[in-house]
Amino acid sequence: MTGAVMDAPDISRALTRIAHEILERNDGASDLVLLGVPTRGVPLAQRLADRIADVEPSFQPEERTGGIDITMYRDDLHRQPTRTLGETTLPPAGIDDRIVVLVDDVLHTGRTIRAALDAIKDVGRPRSVQLAVLVDRGHRELPIRADFVGKNLPTSRTEKVRVLVDEIDGEDGVIIDRSSPQGGDA
Amino acid sequence: MKHLLSAADLSRDEAILILDTAAEMAKTQEREVRKLPTLRGKTVVNLFFEDSTRTRLSFEAAAKRLSADVISFAARGSSVSKGESLKDTAQTLEAMGADGIVIRHSASGAAERLATAGWIHGSVVNAGDGTHQHPTQALLDAFTIRRHLNDDAMGGGLDGLTVAIVGDVLHSRVARSNIDLLTTLGASVVLVAPPTLVPIGVGTWPVTVVHTLDEAIDTFPIDALMMLRIQLERMTGSGVAFFPSPAEYSRFLGLDAGRLARLPERAIVMHPGPMNRGLEISAEAADSPRSVIVEQVSNGVAVRMAVLYLLLAGEVES
Repeated sequence: MTGAVMDAPDISRALTRIAHEILERNDGASDLVLLGVPTRGVPLAQRLADRIADVEPSFQPEERTGGIDITMYRDDLHRQPTRTLGETTLPPAGIDDRIVVLVDDVLHTGRTIRAALDAIKDVGRPRSVQLAVLVDRGHRELPIRADFVGKNLPTSRTEKVRVLVDEIDGEDGVIIDRSSPQGGDA
Repeated sequence: MKHLLSAADLSRDEAILILDTAAEMAKTQEREVRKLPTLRGKTVVNLFFEDSTRTRLSFEAAAKRLSADVISFAARGSSVSKGESLKDTAQTLEAMGADGIVIRHSASGAAERLATAGWIHGSVVNAGDGTHQHPTQALLDAFTIRRHLNDDAMGGGLDGLTVAIVGDVLHSRVARSNIDLLTTLGASVVLVAPPTLVPIGVGTWPVTVVHTLDEAIDTFPIDALMMLRIQLERMTGSGVAFFPSPAEYSRFLGLDAGRLARLPERAIVMHPGPMNRGLEISAEAADSPRSVIVEQVSNGVAVRMAVLYLLLAGEVES
Protein backbone atom coordinates (compact mmCIF):
# COMPACT_ATOMS: atom_id res chain seq x y z
CA MET A 1 0.00 0.00 0.00
CA THR A 2 1.33 3.38 -0.98
CA GLY A 3 0.10 6.86 -0.17
CA ALA A 4 1.10 10.43 -0.98
CA VAL A 5 1.48 12.51 2.16
CA MET A 6 2.74 15.77 0.61
CA ASP A 7 2.17 17.14 -2.88
CA ALA A 8 4.03 19.88 -4.73
CA PRO A 9 2.16 22.85 -3.15
CA ASP A 10 2.65 21.32 0.34
CA ILE A 11 6.39 21.04 -0.25
CA SER A 12 6.56 24.56 -1.63
CA ARG A 13 4.74 26.01 1.41
CA ALA A 14 6.93 24.04 3.82
CA LEU A 15 10.13 25.27 2.17
CA THR A 16 8.91 28.87 2.20
CA ARG A 17 8.14 28.60 5.92
CA ILE A 18 11.51 26.98 6.67
CA ALA A 19 13.31 29.75 4.74
CA HIS A 20 11.60 32.36 6.92
CA GLU A 21 12.34 30.41 10.10
CA ILE A 22 16.02 30.19 9.15
CA LEU A 23 16.16 33.95 8.66
CA GLU A 24 14.33 34.65 11.91
CA ARG A 25 16.49 32.33 13.95
CA ASN A 26 19.72 33.82 12.58
CA ASP A 27 18.69 37.50 12.43
CA GLY A 28 19.08 37.63 8.67
CA ALA A 29 21.24 35.86 6.14
CA SER A 30 24.61 37.52 6.59
CA ASP A 31 26.69 34.42 7.44
CA LEU A 32 24.40 31.67 6.19
CA VAL A 33 25.59 28.75 4.09
CA LEU A 34 23.22 25.98 2.98
CA LEU A 35 24.71 22.53 2.45
CA GLY A 36 22.51 19.81 0.98
CA VAL A 37 23.16 16.13 1.60
CA PRO A 38 23.18 14.31 -1.79
CA THR A 39 21.14 13.27 -3.53
CA ARG A 40 17.87 15.07 -2.77
CA GLY A 41 19.13 17.41 -0.10
CA VAL A 42 21.07 19.36 -2.71
CA PRO A 43 18.12 20.65 -4.79
CA LEU A 44 16.18 21.29 -1.56
CA ALA A 45 19.08 23.46 -0.30
CA GLN A 46 19.06 25.35 -3.58
CA ARG A 47 15.33 26.00 -3.32
CA LEU A 48 15.70 27.24 0.26
CA ALA A 49 18.52 29.55 -0.87
CA ASP A 50 16.34 30.96 -3.66
CA ARG A 51 13.56 31.67 -1.17
CA ILE A 52 15.99 33.34 1.25
CA ALA A 53 17.23 35.51 -1.63
CA ASP A 54 13.63 36.59 -2.32
CA VAL A 55 13.47 38.04 1.18
CA GLU A 56 17.08 39.23 1.52
CA PRO A 57 18.19 40.66 -1.83
CA SER A 58 21.85 40.87 -0.73
CA PHE A 59 21.97 37.06 -0.38
CA GLN A 60 23.59 35.46 -3.46
CA PRO A 61 22.20 31.90 -3.61
CA GLU A 62 24.91 30.46 -5.86
CA GLU A 63 27.68 31.69 -3.56
CA ARG A 64 26.06 30.34 -0.40
CA THR A 65 24.88 26.90 -1.45
CA GLY A 66 26.65 23.60 -1.81
CA GLY A 67 26.47 19.90 -1.20
CA ILE A 68 28.36 17.65 1.15
CA ASP A 69 28.63 13.95 0.42
CA ILE A 70 28.69 11.83 3.53
CA THR A 71 29.20 8.37 2.02
CA MET A 72 32.78 7.98 3.22
CA TYR A 73 31.74 8.93 6.76
CA ARG A 74 28.93 6.40 7.14
CA ASP A 75 29.12 3.93 10.01
CA ASP A 76 27.50 1.11 8.04
CA LEU A 77 29.78 1.02 4.98
CA HIS A 78 31.03 -2.47 5.70
CA ARG A 79 27.49 -3.83 6.04
CA GLN A 80 26.30 -2.94 2.57
CA PRO A 81 27.51 -3.26 -0.99
CA THR A 82 29.92 -0.47 -1.89
CA ARG A 83 28.11 2.80 -2.35
CA THR A 84 28.81 5.20 -5.19
CA LEU A 85 30.15 8.51 -3.94
CA GLY A 86 28.05 11.65 -4.27
CA GLU A 87 29.42 15.03 -5.16
CA THR A 88 30.80 17.50 -2.65
CA THR A 89 30.74 21.15 -3.75
CA LEU A 90 31.46 23.86 -1.24
CA PRO A 91 30.67 27.57 -1.61
CA PRO A 92 33.70 29.48 -2.94
CA ALA A 93 34.28 31.26 0.37
CA GLY A 94 34.23 28.00 2.32
CA ILE A 95 32.36 27.38 5.56
CA ASP A 96 34.78 28.67 8.20
CA ASP A 97 32.98 30.88 10.74
CA ARG A 98 29.73 30.61 8.79
CA ILE A 99 26.37 29.40 10.03
CA VAL A 100 25.89 26.13 8.15
CA VAL A 101 22.36 24.87 7.60
CA LEU A 102 22.46 21.21 6.64
CA VAL A 103 19.55 20.25 4.39
CA ASP A 104 18.27 16.71 3.89
CA ASP A 105 15.04 15.22 2.65
CA VAL A 106 14.19 12.72 5.41
CA LEU A 107 15.39 12.60 9.02
CA HIS A 108 15.12 9.06 10.34
CA THR A 109 17.75 7.38 12.54
CA GLY A 110 20.03 10.43 12.62
CA ARG A 111 23.01 8.44 11.39
CA THR A 112 23.28 10.34 8.12
CA ILE A 113 23.41 13.59 10.07
CA ARG A 114 26.07 12.25 12.41
CA ALA A 115 28.12 11.36 9.32
CA ALA A 116 27.45 14.82 7.88
CA LEU A 117 28.75 16.47 11.06
CA ASP A 118 31.96 14.46 10.73
CA ALA A 119 32.25 15.43 7.06
CA ILE A 120 31.75 19.11 7.91
CA LYS A 121 34.49 18.92 10.52
CA ASP A 122 36.93 17.86 7.80
CA VAL A 123 36.18 20.74 5.44
CA GLY A 124 36.13 23.62 7.88
CA ARG A 125 35.02 25.00 11.21
CA PRO A 126 31.64 26.67 10.99
CA ARG A 127 30.40 28.96 13.78
CA SER A 128 27.35 26.74 14.17
CA VAL A 129 25.54 23.97 12.35
CA GLN A 130 21.75 23.76 12.09
CA LEU A 131 19.58 21.12 10.48
CA ALA A 132 16.64 21.54 8.12
CA VAL A 133 14.67 18.54 6.85
CA LEU A 134 11.60 18.23 4.69
CA VAL A 135 10.26 15.22 6.62
CA ASP A 136 11.00 14.03 10.15
CA ARG A 137 9.76 10.47 10.42
CA GLY A 138 11.03 9.68 13.91
CA HIS A 139 12.85 6.54 15.11
CA ARG A 140 16.04 8.35 16.10
CA GLU A 141 18.97 6.17 17.13
CA LEU A 142 21.23 9.07 18.10
CA PRO A 143 20.73 12.27 20.12
CA ILE A 144 20.10 14.42 17.05
CA ARG A 145 17.15 16.68 16.29
CA ALA A 146 16.19 19.00 13.46
CA ASP A 147 16.03 22.77 13.89
CA PHE A 148 13.64 23.21 10.98
CA VAL A 149 11.08 20.60 9.92
CA GLY A 150 8.76 20.67 6.92
CA LYS A 151 6.45 17.97 8.21
CA ASN A 152 6.50 15.61 11.17
CA LEU A 153 5.39 12.27 9.84
CA PRO A 154 4.67 9.49 12.35
CA THR A 155 5.71 6.22 10.73
CA SER A 156 6.40 2.67 11.67
CA ARG A 157 9.88 1.28 11.14
CA THR A 158 8.69 -1.04 8.41
CA GLU A 159 7.43 1.80 6.25
CA LYS A 160 9.54 3.53 3.66
CA VAL A 161 9.35 7.28 3.07
CA ARG A 162 10.34 8.54 -0.34
CA VAL A 163 10.80 12.19 -1.24
CA LEU A 164 10.56 13.09 -4.92
CA VAL A 165 11.98 16.36 -6.19
CA ASP A 166 11.36 17.84 -9.60
CA GLU A 167 15.09 18.36 -10.35
CA ILE A 168 15.82 14.63 -10.06
CA ASP A 169 12.52 12.75 -10.24
CA GLY A 170 10.57 15.02 -12.54
CA GLU A 171 7.92 15.77 -9.91
CA ASP A 172 7.56 16.90 -6.32
CA GLY A 173 5.99 14.71 -3.66
CA VAL A 174 6.41 12.71 -0.47
CA ILE A 175 5.24 9.11 -0.63
CA ILE A 176 4.90 6.60 2.17
CA ASP A 177 5.32 3.03 1.10
CA ARG A 178 3.72 0.66 3.62
CA SER A 179 4.41 -2.55 1.76
CA SER A 180 8.17 -2.27 1.97
CA PRO A 181 9.79 -4.56 4.51
CA GLN A 182 12.70 -2.15 4.92
CA GLY A 183 13.13 1.11 6.79
CA GLY A 184 13.32 4.38 4.91
CA ASP A 185 16.29 6.50 4.02
CA ALA A 186 18.39 8.59 6.36
CA MET B 1 34.47 -6.08 -7.91
CA LYS B 2 36.47 -8.24 -5.56
CA HIS B 3 39.97 -7.91 -7.07
CA LEU B 4 41.65 -5.62 -9.59
CA LEU B 5 43.99 -7.87 -11.55
CA SER B 6 43.88 -6.64 -15.11
CA ALA B 7 42.62 -3.59 -16.97
CA ALA B 8 41.10 -6.03 -19.44
CA ASP B 9 38.65 -7.24 -16.76
CA LEU B 10 37.03 -3.82 -16.42
CA SER B 11 33.81 -3.06 -18.25
CA ARG B 12 33.29 0.48 -19.50
CA ASP B 13 30.85 1.18 -16.65
CA GLU B 14 33.23 -0.15 -14.02
CA ALA B 15 36.12 1.88 -15.43
CA ILE B 16 34.02 5.05 -15.46
CA LEU B 17 32.84 4.39 -11.90
CA ILE B 18 36.49 4.19 -10.80
CA LEU B 19 37.34 7.43 -12.64
CA ASP B 20 34.30 9.25 -11.17
CA THR B 21 35.16 7.99 -7.68
CA ALA B 22 38.75 9.13 -8.21
CA ALA B 23 37.49 12.60 -9.16
CA GLU B 24 35.71 12.87 -5.80
CA MET B 25 38.81 11.51 -4.03
CA ALA B 26 40.97 14.11 -5.82
CA LYS B 27 38.72 16.87 -4.47
CA THR B 28 39.22 15.66 -0.91
CA GLN B 29 42.97 15.90 -1.44
CA GLU B 30 42.72 19.67 -1.96
CA ARG B 31 41.40 20.14 1.56
CA GLU B 32 43.30 21.15 4.62
CA VAL B 33 42.40 17.86 6.31
CA ARG B 34 43.08 15.23 3.66
CA LYS B 35 42.41 12.16 5.76
CA LEU B 36 39.10 10.33 5.50
CA PRO B 37 37.80 7.80 8.05
CA THR B 38 36.44 5.45 5.39
CA LEU B 39 38.68 2.39 5.78
CA ARG B 40 39.26 2.64 9.51
CA GLY B 41 40.01 -0.80 10.92
CA LYS B 42 40.96 -2.31 7.54
CA THR B 43 44.47 -3.54 6.89
CA VAL B 44 46.20 -3.09 3.55
CA VAL B 45 49.43 -4.96 2.89
CA ASN B 46 51.85 -3.67 0.27
CA LEU B 47 53.63 -6.73 -1.03
CA PHE B 48 56.47 -5.59 -3.28
CA PHE B 49 58.66 -8.31 -4.68
CA GLU B 50 60.09 -5.88 -7.21
CA ASP B 51 61.61 -2.44 -6.69
CA SER B 52 59.27 0.48 -6.95
CA THR B 53 59.23 3.95 -5.53
CA ARG B 54 56.23 5.81 -6.80
CA THR B 55 53.74 2.95 -6.99
CA ARG B 56 54.51 1.76 -3.48
CA LEU B 57 54.45 5.27 -2.03
CA SER B 58 51.30 6.04 -3.96
CA PHE B 59 49.42 3.00 -2.64
CA GLU B 60 50.71 3.69 0.85
CA ALA B 61 49.55 7.31 0.71
CA ALA B 62 46.19 6.26 -0.72
CA ALA B 63 45.56 3.67 2.00
CA LYS B 64 46.65 6.04 4.77
CA ARG B 65 44.49 8.90 3.49
CA LEU B 66 41.56 6.50 3.85
CA SER B 67 42.64 5.60 7.42
CA ALA B 68 43.54 1.99 6.65
CA ASP B 69 46.44 0.41 8.50
CA VAL B 70 49.30 -0.18 6.09
CA ILE B 71 51.89 -2.91 6.35
CA SER B 72 54.66 -2.57 3.80
CA PHE B 73 56.64 -5.54 2.73
CA ALA B 74 59.69 -5.46 0.50
CA ALA B 75 61.10 -8.77 -0.67
CA ARG B 76 64.62 -7.63 0.05
CA GLY B 77 65.36 -8.19 3.72
CA SER B 78 62.38 -10.51 4.16
CA SER B 79 62.01 -14.26 4.33
CA VAL B 80 61.56 -14.28 0.56
CA SER B 81 65.30 -13.80 0.27
CA LYS B 82 65.57 -17.00 2.33
CA GLY B 83 63.49 -18.81 -0.26
CA GLU B 84 59.95 -18.48 1.09
CA SER B 85 57.34 -19.13 -1.56
CA LEU B 86 54.52 -16.80 -2.58
CA LYS B 87 52.07 -19.23 -1.00
CA ASP B 88 53.75 -19.20 2.40
CA THR B 89 54.05 -15.43 2.32
CA ALA B 90 50.36 -15.20 1.41
CA GLN B 91 49.35 -17.47 4.26
CA THR B 92 51.34 -15.35 6.69
CA LEU B 93 49.43 -12.30 5.49
CA GLU B 94 46.12 -14.13 5.77
CA ALA B 95 46.95 -15.01 9.36
CA MET B 96 47.57 -11.32 10.05
CA GLY B 97 44.12 -10.45 8.71
CA ALA B 98 44.91 -8.53 5.55
CA ASP B 99 41.76 -7.06 3.97
CA GLY B 100 43.57 -5.82 0.89
CA ILE B 101 46.82 -6.98 -0.67
CA VAL B 102 48.66 -4.81 -3.17
CA ILE B 103 51.15 -6.96 -5.00
CA ARG B 104 53.99 -6.23 -7.38
CA HIS B 105 55.92 -9.17 -8.71
CA SER B 106 58.38 -9.79 -11.53
CA ALA B 107 56.42 -12.85 -12.66
CA SER B 108 53.44 -12.28 -14.96
CA GLY B 109 50.34 -13.79 -13.37
CA ALA B 110 51.52 -13.54 -9.76
CA ALA B 111 48.59 -11.34 -8.74
CA GLU B 112 46.06 -13.65 -10.34
CA ARG B 113 47.63 -16.67 -8.63
CA LEU B 114 47.45 -14.91 -5.28
CA ALA B 115 43.81 -13.94 -5.85
CA THR B 116 42.49 -17.24 -7.16
CA ALA B 117 44.52 -19.95 -5.42
CA GLY B 118 42.32 -19.85 -2.31
CA TRP B 119 45.18 -18.90 0.00
CA ILE B 120 43.63 -15.66 1.18
CA HIS B 121 40.26 -13.98 1.69
CA GLY B 122 41.24 -10.37 1.08
CA SER B 123 41.01 -8.37 -2.13
CA VAL B 124 44.05 -8.34 -4.40
CA VAL B 125 45.20 -5.31 -6.35
CA ASN B 126 47.76 -5.92 -9.07
CA ALA B 127 50.45 -3.24 -8.84
CA GLY B 128 52.44 -4.68 -11.74
CA ASP B 129 53.17 -8.28 -12.62
CA GLY B 130 56.08 -8.89 -14.95
CA THR B 131 55.33 -7.69 -18.47
CA HIS B 132 51.61 -8.41 -18.08
CA GLN B 133 49.46 -5.75 -16.39
CA HIS B 134 49.57 -2.65 -14.21
CA PRO B 135 45.91 -1.63 -14.08
CA THR B 136 46.10 1.28 -11.64
CA GLN B 137 48.70 2.94 -13.87
CA ALA B 138 46.29 2.68 -16.80
CA LEU B 139 43.48 4.07 -14.64
CA LEU B 140 45.53 7.05 -13.54
CA ASP B 141 46.57 7.69 -17.14
CA ALA B 142 42.95 7.54 -18.29
CA PHE B 143 41.97 9.81 -15.39
CA THR B 144 44.66 12.33 -16.37
CA ILE B 145 43.63 12.25 -20.04
CA ARG B 146 39.94 12.66 -19.17
CA ARG B 147 40.73 15.58 -16.89
CA HIS B 148 42.63 17.44 -19.60
CA LEU B 149 40.81 16.49 -22.77
CA ASN B 150 37.23 15.72 -21.78
CA ASP B 151 36.74 18.63 -19.32
CA ASP B 152 36.84 16.13 -16.46
CA ALA B 153 33.37 15.03 -17.50
CA MET B 154 31.82 12.92 -14.76
CA GLY B 155 30.36 9.79 -16.25
CA GLY B 156 32.30 10.31 -19.49
CA GLY B 157 34.82 8.16 -21.32
CA LEU B 158 37.57 9.00 -23.79
CA ASP B 159 35.53 8.62 -26.95
CA GLY B 160 37.11 9.99 -30.11
CA LEU B 161 40.51 10.67 -28.56
CA THR B 162 43.75 9.35 -30.01
CA VAL B 163 46.50 8.20 -27.66
CA ALA B 164 49.98 7.31 -28.93
CA ILE B 165 52.07 4.96 -26.79
CA VAL B 166 55.73 5.31 -27.67
CA GLY B 167 58.68 3.05 -26.92
CA ASP B 168 59.29 -0.34 -25.41
CA VAL B 169 55.86 -1.89 -25.84
CA LEU B 170 57.33 -5.39 -25.72
CA HIS B 171 58.33 -5.25 -22.06
CA SER B 172 55.67 -2.80 -20.93
CA ARG B 173 52.81 -3.79 -18.65
CA VAL B 174 51.89 -0.11 -18.67
CA ALA B 175 51.32 -0.30 -22.43
CA ARG B 176 49.27 -3.50 -22.22
CA SER B 177 47.06 -2.15 -19.46
CA ASN B 178 46.59 1.14 -21.25
CA ILE B 179 45.67 -0.52 -24.55
CA ASP B 180 42.96 -2.50 -22.76
CA LEU B 181 41.56 0.38 -20.75
CA LEU B 182 41.82 3.17 -23.32
CA THR B 183 40.04 1.14 -25.98
CA THR B 184 37.37 0.11 -23.46
CA LEU B 185 36.82 3.81 -22.82
CA GLY B 186 36.49 4.57 -26.54
CA ALA B 187 39.91 6.00 -27.42
CA SER B 188 41.99 4.82 -30.38
CA VAL B 189 45.51 3.71 -29.61
CA VAL B 190 48.58 4.07 -31.82
CA LEU B 191 51.70 2.12 -30.86
CA VAL B 192 55.02 3.66 -31.85
CA ALA B 193 57.94 1.26 -31.48
CA PRO B 194 60.82 -0.23 -33.45
CA PRO B 195 59.93 -3.67 -34.88
CA THR B 196 62.13 -5.36 -32.27
CA LEU B 197 60.06 -3.90 -29.42
CA VAL B 198 56.63 -4.78 -30.82
CA PRO B 199 55.21 -7.95 -29.23
CA ILE B 200 54.39 -10.99 -31.33
CA GLY B 201 50.65 -11.19 -31.87
CA VAL B 202 50.12 -7.43 -31.94
CA GLY B 203 47.98 -7.95 -35.05
CA THR B 204 45.14 -9.19 -32.83
CA TRP B 205 45.25 -6.07 -30.64
CA PRO B 206 42.88 -3.18 -31.36
CA VAL B 207 45.75 -0.83 -32.23
CA THR B 208 47.65 0.68 -35.15
CA VAL B 209 51.43 0.21 -35.18
CA VAL B 210 53.99 2.60 -36.68
CA HIS B 211 57.75 2.54 -36.26
CA THR B 212 58.89 6.14 -35.89
CA LEU B 213 57.59 9.02 -33.82
CA ASP B 214 57.72 11.33 -36.87
CA GLU B 215 55.39 9.03 -38.78
CA ALA B 216 52.97 8.96 -35.85
CA ILE B 217 52.94 12.75 -35.50
CA ASP B 218 52.46 13.21 -39.28
CA THR B 219 49.70 10.60 -39.59
CA PHE B 220 47.50 10.80 -36.50
CA PRO B 221 45.73 13.64 -34.63
CA ILE B 222 47.43 12.80 -31.33
CA ASP B 223 45.67 14.01 -28.19
CA ALA B 224 47.94 12.34 -25.66
CA LEU B 225 51.47 11.13 -26.16
CA MET B 226 52.50 8.50 -23.67
CA MET B 227 56.25 7.99 -23.54
CA LEU B 228 57.32 4.64 -22.09
CA ARG B 229 60.49 4.10 -20.16
CA ILE B 230 63.25 2.13 -21.83
CA GLN B 231 63.47 -0.73 -19.35
CA LEU B 232 67.16 -1.42 -19.30
CA GLU B 233 66.72 -3.93 -16.46
CA ARG B 234 64.54 -6.16 -18.64
CA MET B 235 66.92 -5.90 -21.63
CA THR B 236 70.05 -7.27 -20.12
CA GLY B 237 71.08 -10.80 -20.87
CA SER B 238 73.44 -12.59 -23.15
CA GLY B 239 73.76 -10.63 -26.34
CA VAL B 240 70.23 -9.24 -26.19
CA ALA B 241 70.00 -6.03 -28.19
CA PHE B 242 66.71 -4.44 -29.17
CA PHE B 243 68.13 -1.34 -30.81
CA PRO B 244 71.60 -0.43 -32.08
CA SER B 245 72.33 2.43 -29.69
CA PRO B 246 70.61 4.84 -27.33
CA ALA B 247 71.42 7.67 -29.74
CA GLU B 248 69.60 5.92 -32.55
CA TYR B 249 66.60 5.21 -30.31
CA SER B 250 66.41 8.89 -29.40
CA ARG B 251 66.66 9.91 -33.05
CA PHE B 252 63.68 7.81 -34.14
CA LEU B 253 61.53 7.60 -31.01
CA GLY B 254 62.64 10.25 -28.52
CA LEU B 255 60.42 13.22 -27.77
CA ASP B 256 62.38 16.47 -28.11
CA ALA B 257 61.33 20.11 -28.34
CA GLY B 258 61.03 19.97 -32.14
CA ARG B 259 58.62 17.04 -32.16
CA LEU B 260 56.72 18.48 -29.22
CA ALA B 261 56.10 21.66 -31.24
CA ARG B 262 54.61 19.61 -34.08
CA LEU B 263 51.95 17.97 -31.91
CA PRO B 264 48.40 19.35 -32.00
CA GLU B 265 47.96 22.30 -29.66
CA ARG B 266 45.84 20.50 -27.09
CA ALA B 267 48.02 17.39 -26.89
CA ILE B 268 49.47 16.42 -23.53
CA VAL B 269 52.71 14.55 -22.80
CA MET B 270 52.71 11.70 -20.30
CA HIS B 271 55.30 9.36 -18.82
CA PRO B 272 54.72 6.68 -16.17
CA GLY B 273 58.13 7.38 -14.63
CA PRO B 274 60.89 7.00 -13.78
CA MET B 275 62.16 8.94 -16.81
CA ASN B 276 65.40 8.38 -18.64
CA ARG B 277 65.96 12.02 -19.51
CA GLY B 278 67.85 12.39 -22.77
CA LEU B 279 66.85 8.90 -23.92
CA GLU B 280 63.11 8.60 -24.53
CA ILE B 281 62.27 12.16 -23.53
CA SER B 282 64.34 15.35 -23.56
CA ALA B 283 64.44 17.68 -20.59
CA GLU B 284 62.65 20.41 -22.59
CA ALA B 285 59.75 18.06 -23.33
CA ALA B 286 59.59 16.64 -19.81
CA ASP B 287 59.51 20.10 -18.21
CA SER B 288 57.27 21.81 -20.78
CA PRO B 289 53.86 23.17 -19.76
CA ARG B 290 52.23 20.43 -21.84
CA SER B 291 53.83 17.73 -19.75
CA VAL B 292 51.44 16.32 -17.13
CA ILE B 293 54.01 13.95 -15.67
CA VAL B 294 53.98 15.43 -12.17
CA GLU B 295 50.19 15.56 -12.19
CA GLN B 296 50.10 11.86 -13.06
CA VAL B 297 51.73 11.18 -9.70
CA SER B 298 49.12 13.09 -7.68
CA ASN B 299 46.32 11.60 -9.77
CA GLY B 300 47.81 8.21 -8.95
CA VAL B 301 46.99 8.69 -5.28
CA ALA B 302 43.37 9.66 -6.05
CA VAL B 303 42.88 6.71 -8.40
CA ARG B 304 44.34 4.26 -5.89
CA MET B 305 42.12 5.70 -3.16
CA ALA B 306 39.16 5.07 -5.45
CA VAL B 307 40.23 1.48 -6.13
CA LEU B 308 40.82 0.72 -2.45
CA TYR B 309 37.49 2.32 -1.55
CA LEU B 310 35.55 0.34 -4.15
CA LEU B 311 37.24 -2.96 -3.27
CA LEU B 312 37.39 -2.68 0.51
CA ALA B 313 34.67 -0.38 1.83
CA GLY B 314 31.60 -2.48 1.13
CA GLU B 315 30.37 -5.58 2.86
CA VAL B 316 32.66 -8.57 2.70
CA GLU B 317 31.46 -10.99 0.04
CA SER B 318 31.39 -14.50 1.32
